Amino acid sequence: MKALFRHRELQLVAVILVMVGLIALRFPTFVAPASLGNVFNDTSILIILALGQMTVILTKCVDLSTAATLALCGMVAAMLNNLYPDLPVLLLVLVAILTGALLGAINGLMVWRLDMPPIVVTLGTMTIYRGIIFLISGGKWINAHEMTDSFKAVPRADIAGIPVLSWLALLVIAVMAVGLRRLRTGRAFYAVGGNPHAAVYTGIDVGYTRFLSFVISGALSGLAGYLWIARYAVAYVDIALGFELDVVAACVIGGVSIAGGIGTVYGAVLGALFLGTIKNALPVINISPFWQLAISGSVIILAVAFNARAERRKGRVILKKAEVSA
Amino acid sequence: MGLLKKMLVMAAVSTALVANVAHAENKKIALVVKALGIGFFDAANKGAQEAAKELGDVDIIYTGPTDTTAEGQIEVINSLVAQKVDAIAISANDKDALVPALKKAMERGIKVISWDSGVAPEGRMMHLNPSSNPLIGNMCVKMAADNLPEGGDVAILSAAATATNQNTWIEEMKKVLPNYKGINIVATVYGDDKTDKSYTEAQGLMKAYPNLKAIIAPTSVGIVAAAQAVEDAGMTGKINVTGLGLPSEMAGHVKSGASKSFAIWNPIDLGYAATMISYNLVTGKEEAKPGAELSMGRMGKVKLDDKNEGAMADPFVYDAKNVEEFAKIF
Repeated sequence: MKALFRHRELQLVAVILVMVGLIALRFPTFVAPASLGNVFNDTSILIILALGQMTVILTKCVDLSTAATLALCGMVAAMLNNLYPDLPVLLLVLVAILTGALLGAINGLMVWRLDMPPIVVTLGTMTIYRGIIFLISGGKWINAHEMTDSFKAVPRADIAGIPVLSWLALLVIAVMAVGLRRLRTGRAFYAVGGNPHAAVYTGIDVGYTRFLSFVISGALSGLAGYLWIARYAVAYVDIALGFELDVVAACVIGGVSIAGGIGTVYGAVLGALFLGTIKNALPVINISPFWQLAISGSVIILAVAFNARAERRKGRVILKKAEVSA
Repeated sequence: MGLLKKMLVMAAVSTALVANVAHAENKKIALVVKALGIGFFDAANKGAQEAAKELGDVDIIYTGPTDTTAEGQIEVINSLVAQKVDAIAISANDKDALVPALKKAMERGIKVISWDSGVAPEGRMMHLNPSSNPLIGNMCVKMAADNLPEGGDVAILSAAATATNQNTWIEEMKKVLPNYKGINIVATVYGDDKTDKSYTEAQGLMKAYPNLKAIIAPTSVGIVAAAQAVEDAGMTGKINVTGLGLPSEMAGHVKSGASKSFAIWNPIDLGYAATMISYNLVTGKEEAKPGAELSMGRMGKVKLDDKNEGAMADPFVYDAKNVEEFAKIF
């Protein structure tokens, strides 16, 4: 089974390489190392969000409020920076992460304690969180010159030739990869989504595990919120509007099963990179904006079709093994 | 007898004087805005006050509801009618909802004009647009060309590909292009008025067109994102970002040098022009009818089209010299 997953990720790597190759035919400088690094940097926020989303999807839930959480946390950080320019940036980043975790916890509690369907809960909080941004900001923008230079500098700062934004994405990838594979809680996410009933018998608290996944997703959205605002140097109500769909799409393309229990960190990262490459390449190869939308949509549908096939095959494999052992 | 006659004459003269004084009573022009406490409209009031000072016999009543609702504006209009103002110049929260109240005002002899945000034709005598599509298109290209004496490649970063106003402006830009030697529009891309997409599109432009000299973004989200992308790419000074934006949002990017200049309407001029037009309608010097040319003091004249609408002027250009000052306003 593991071989199958690896296979799928290799497939995705191959698809991305072919795509980059095709783009290079039309636009050679796209494959320059600096340009590719730029693609990764551009995709960093999507990667961070996708890994949070993946944890939630693994437990058979979905978090549609992730972009709204990002925007709210970003706005909180930006407003604090605007009102108290002396606060250290690190503190603001922490505030953003904690705010995100809190917002995620609200989602999680409703799913866990009130037993509400996650799609409904997060659809609701998605608009509520946007509404809160409007309330706290009064609909006003926080603009580049209203933020301190150090606040805006962090994602751009250079460590060993790579921007901090990329480093943070790498860090999140590493932590999530190790955490999901090695930690008991990490394995619990898979168990809860793969087979909730069996998970109960192994002593896993399904509701609590789901709650945790929402907190993780929220916290990562909070981090992404700060990064987004600092990177684009502007905060307003509609920041990242509709971005949750990209995040879910990245997971789905990366082979994370919407039905829960299946998915890897590398898959989600590759899914995000796939979308990121498309997003970065379409403008340079000069494709009509209407085609851009159509292409992004088709890719997602293709990916889901692939997933559906992959999951079906898995069922057959188990049966065959069962037959053999019987 | 002689004395009585004298007294009578005196009385007559003094009555006439009093009457004259009554005639010379200041004209009351109400500047009604979408809501109080908005920098943009406070600036328009500044312009109205300037016009009043110039005219001498005008009192400006600057008023509006506390939030941007049509109901609030109707209340304000009704109380202005009761106060018997001479003119109402309004920036409307709703095109149609205000029509009955404004009609009533016009029936009482009050001159009604709309500015900035219009009222349906039956509810006002004329509407003053801040600018017009051809003027906006021309200004966008002009701002790019002014910084490119030798010409060069220019790209447009728009909002959604389906946005009517954006497409009209882009059309107008292409129309005036022959007037600007050496300026080539090499691409038009769409950022959908999203920060991240606009940013990526701006990056794409810089990659795809190494000789790019300017990006024109006639959208407030796009221009900010493009300026940030240019700064991040270290292209400040090589690529000039211009277009339509708000001073408060662009101040930082003008300071950094990514944008040398950009344009948007000047609210001070708008308030000034609205007051001047109102005054000329009140004194009966001019009449608002299709084809008429109304004078607006230092802003020149506005020609009305068949819907009694007119465009005030070119969009106002903001650069390093004035952006800080206006950033405080809107």
